[in-house]
Amino acid sequence: MSRVLVGVKRVIDYAVKIRVKPDKSGVVTDGVKHSMNPFDEIAVEEAVRMKEKKLAKEVIAVSCGPAQAQETLRTALAMGADRAIHVEVAGAEYETLQPIHVAKILAKISQDEKADLVIVGKQAIDDDSNQTAQMTAALLDWPQGTFASKVEKSDAGLTVTREIDGGLEVIKTKVPAVLSADLRLNEPRYATLPNIMKAKKKPMKKVSAKDLGVDLAPRIKVISVEDPPVRQAGSVVPDVDTLVAKLKEGGHV
Amino acid sequence: MNPISQIVRATRPIYRTLSTSVTCSAQAKPIPTTGLCFELTDEQKALQELARKFTKEEIIPVAAQYDKSGEYPWPIVKKAWELGLMNGHIPEHCGGVGDMGVFEECIIGEEFSFGCSGIGTAVGGTNLGQTPVIIAGNKEQQKKYLGRLIDEPIVAAYCVTEPGAGSDVAGVKTKAEKKGDEWIINGQKMWITNGGVANWYFVLARTNPDPKCPPGKAFTGFIVEKDWPGVNPGRKELNMGQRASDTRGITFEDVRVPKENVLLGEGDGFKIAMGAFDKTRPPVACGATGLAARALYEATKYSLERKTFGVPIASHQAVAFMLADMAIGVETARLAWQRAAWMVDHGQRNTMMASVAKCFASEIANKAAADAVQIFGGNGFNTEYPVEKLMRDAKIYQIYEGTSQIQRLIISRELLTAAKQSNA
Repeated sequence: MSRVLVGVKRVIDYAVKIRVKPDKSGVVTDGVKHSMNPFDEIAVEEAVRMKEKKLAKEVIAVSCGPAQAQETLRTALAMGADRAIHVEVAGAEYETLQPIHVAKILAKISQDEKADLVIVGKQAIDDDSNQTAQMTAALLDWPQGTFASKVEKSDAGLTVTREIDGGLEVIKTKVPAVLSADLRLNEPRYATLPNIMKAKKKPMKKVSAKDLGVDLAPRIKVISVEDPPVRQAGSVVPDVDTLVAKLKEGGHV
Repeated sequence: MNPISQIVRATRPIYRTLSTSVTCSAQAKPIPTTGLCFELTDEQKALQELARKFTKEEIIPVAAQYDKSGEYPWPIVKKAWELGLMNGHIPEHCGGVGDMGVFEECIIGEEFSFGCSGIGTAVGGTNLGQTPVIIAGNKEQQKKYLGRLIDEPIVAAYCVTEPGAGSDVAGVKTKAEKKGDEWIINGQKMWITNGGVANWYFVLARTNPDPKCPPGKAFTGFIVEKDWPGVNPGRKELNMGQRASDTRGITFEDVRVPKENVLLGEGDGFKIAMGAFDKTRPPVACGATGLAARALYEATKYSLERKTFGVPIASHQAVAFMLADMAIGVETARLAWQRAAWMVDHGQRNTMMASVAKCFASEIANKAAADAVQIFGGNGFNTEYPVEKLMRDAKIYQIYEGTSQIQRLIISRELLTAAKQSNA
């Protein structure tokens, strides 16, 4: 397996308290701390480990977004990716960028770069879509190993352990394939200082969605974004019977 | 004559010639012509991110435990070493990266100190020990002793202070006598950071026994290995704060030091010892700033949660104004260390600015920590809350690396000298 493509997304940092914009069109992003999607960090780490185990020769990091997406790509390079591709999507087009577009972009790049494996995080912590890996695999007609918590090389391809509702499922796939990283796949490394310095010199290519022949017209329109309802106070009931009665009344049972 | 003015008279010419008289192997960075810039470079930002992340995940979770046990935080030192967050000044010919400036070291130092200034000192104390070798060591000494620090996660220490001489470096009594090709060192050092854990020390000893010899010529700097016979680190001292840092007395009993381990030449020790401070005072200033920033952060968080008279205490101006004063201190202390560090990295004489930064930061840190305890009220006095540790840790900043009184001596001398040289 020589080339691994890793998709990384720049999202609002997980520690930030999210605020909804007053016009309900979205959340406040200006001046807010952003960082790499945590599941994508796990994806990059897995790709770099494959390179260290000599299962892969080259790791390419890809991100779709405005100029600041380059920071996320530099982090991927500092963690050990060899080169980066920045698909520049800015302004209004970025506001309406959806997984279907990203999947088309990743599929096209995978073909152009002759990738053997695509790894992305299982979902982004801003939209929680959990669609990109699946759509990318479908567009490429490649097998998919989503929610991967362990990936091992087998003679025919890969053995992927997936985290599913009932427990763990082990599947075998051929390569090329698309994987999505789940939480327990690995613990991402710190970028060391020498690697941070080296990352500046690694190549970063800039392309546009148009260059890749992908139409960014939105398929979904966001009507409004609102805060979740304020949590109502609970009440203490005297006994279990009253509790059951109240639950039935409220239609919860 | 008044002993103080005697000291002042004896040390006056030294301070003026300090930083410019010892050549440094790190190249001064060229000064950009674009004017003052308050933005960090992308690399500096990435470094800050890394240090911040490391602090959050490795230092903060264990800080209270190390404060209680007083153990030297080897696991953290090892991890920081692996990530390249230590030893950034070691020149390339020894295997180091060579080009980390004092500024970058300070970026890291402030972040670490935010987590725990004791652990920050444990990780950063090695820089003080290394600096004399970096500025005055010959290639063989650098390769041998600095190379060791690159090869393994070990640390160095700076051995100058004695039980009888701290501020008065000229009063150092540890003596070194030449015997053939060796120097025999006898004496006692005290309050040596990393004293018990260092692999080697920079030791200042008096080589000219004549009391009339000017201090600028009476001392010599030596590299002494901890494992040599006669070197006896004492017990770890139980201090008020920064308990994770290892501080000890060290006795030197007929320690034989080869002449190859003399830095520069006989009599150059005082100059080297003082010259190091221009590079090591900004990192102490940034440590104090990090502590003050932590005090501000904890106090702000608490004041938004704690309610009195029906509202969060942050709505009371008395509390809000204390937070504002803490913020004023943090912001200005940061500007001060940044400037002092920038100056030395760009080849400018920063002696006065380094003293300004260190003195100011240490004082605002103490005030901020005490105010944080005040804002926490009764809870602040208690060990279950993080601020009493800040107050205990802050005090040493006014003492080590030159007491606040010595800093004022340096600053006033610099400005009076400048005033006398001006015709205006």
